[in-house]
Amino acid sequence: MKFLFRNVKELVELATSENKLISELMIEQEMLVTRRSREDIMKQMDTNLTVMEQAVEKGLKGVHSTSGLTGGDAVLLHNYMKKGNTLSGALLIDAVSKAVATNEVNAAMGTICATPTAGSAGVVPGTLFAVQNQLNPTREEMIRYLFTSGAFGFVVANNASISGAAGGCQAEVGSAAAMAAAAIVEMSGGTPQQCSEAFAISMKNMLGLVCDPVAGLVEVPCVKRNAMGAANALVSADMALAGVTSRIPCDEVIDAMYKIGQSMPSALKETAQGGLAATPTGRALAERIFGADFVKGV
Amino acid sequence: MKFKSVFDIIGPVMIGPSSSHTAGAARIGLVTRELFGRQPKWAKVYLYGSFAETYKGHGTDIAIIGGLLGFDTFDERIKTSFDLAKEAGLTFEFIPETGHTEHPNTARLVIGDESAEMELIGVSIGGGKIEISELNGFPLRLSGNHSAILVVHDDKPGSIAKVASCLAEQNINIGHMEVSRKEQGQMALMVIEVDEHIEEHVLQQIALLPHITQVTKISD
Repeated sequence: MKFLFRNVKELVELATSENKLISELMIEQEMLVTRRSREDIMKQMDTNLTVMEQAVEKGLKGVHSTSGLTGGDAVLLHNYMKKGNTLSGALLIDAVSKAVATNEVNAAMGTICATPTAGSAGVVPGTLFAVQNQLNPTREEMIRYLFTSGAFGFVVANNASISGAAGGCQAEVGSAAAMAAAAIVEMSGGTPQQCSEAFAISMKNMLGLVCDPVAGLVEVPCVKRNAMGAANALVSADMALAGVTSRIPCDEVIDAMYKIGQSMPSALKETAQGGLAATPTGRALAERIFGADFVKGV
Repeated sequence: MKFKSVFDIIGPVMIGPSSSHTAGAARIGLVTRELFGRQPKWAKVYLYGSFAETYKGHGTDIAIIGGLLGFDTFDERIKTSFDLAKEAGLTFEFIPETGHTEHPNTARLVIGDESAEMELIGVSIGGGKIEISELNGFPLRLSGNHSAILVVHDDKPGSIAKVASCLAEQNINIGHMEVSRKEQGQMALMVIEVDEHIEEHVLQQIALLPHITQVTKISD
């Protein structure tokens, strides 16, 4: 099968030489690989975008998971933002609240769109719906944001991993933050090279992040890690747009992430055996939710 | 390239909380049901690695049962699949295993009814994407993303060629194909991933060919 790009270097070179957006190359590759029409592909992404909008809307109204571990924080953040005196700025807190909203809906077994996974589903839509207010994109530009994210995610998934069980949280929220950073840059009018710088800067600051969910639930610390993933994405995008570059090229950062994931002990890869899951409080919460037998097994 | 489509990355649309442990698990259940061709009456599900450690928290168990009942990743009925299984006459058991597997999220499903049994090993590789690594003891690699045909046949000369030409006559292109057998001259398995949609009458034609025992389609 013929692919237009297999790594970020090829993606950026092709976009630059053909003077095309990264989102456009992702759309063209999808048409090539799946033999579907552009219209069909755009329509499916439009549907995914609608699912993301609905999840944020639902989360901002307030949802709670059955375990009681998560819920309601998106509402707190949104109300705080509306008061207008946030320290890190309204746009950033808006992104954070919407990322949290999505993951609170996910934890409550609501409908979400995995980007790239369910546990990390808040970062890409959270940032999108926050920068939307500043950049006033068209519907098509919003759909393109998802294709740009997808292009970078495609490279990570094929050359490293997007699974917390295989690579830790750096592979999930780390990938999501870096994907979002690249997409923000494209929507802001940055070059394909700047997209890749934003990706590299973002991913570098997520390296080593372990997957240690309390009680094995995609709640603690997942929801708050989506909040920080969104903040990381925005700051990384701003850095790249300011002209800051990464000393380590994007593909090498992705490779480093893969190797770090491989050398991570399995206790820190979505088994709920180490990290925050193994703290006294983490274990006590697991016992409260599933009973003592389950915790003994863990 | 394990991930071919952008919708493997931005997607699937699914019920939370985990793409690998909930959506991937539902897909393993759904593919198992499709390979079996009908709803099983009973199921024994062995879980390995992270699946074994955290299946309760992620709803892996209810998702697999949801899949066996025919529910896709976004079907809200997954939430109540245990109750719905009872209504549908499907009994099940989950057995967490301690053994090591190649990938941390692996499930072995043994299912059946009064007339047949089937065993399948499914792997959730991230983002809701799955691979089927073994079927009834035959090793295979099946992404579940393309239309695929599984053909159980006798290991006799010409049986593969006849199936291939039958597909060619229907203008169906083979994208990927694997053939395996337990022993020379015994039962063998063809796994054929194709680019086009497969109509029911094509399967019936293949089933009528010599040395063919069973033909199943996995929908796209």
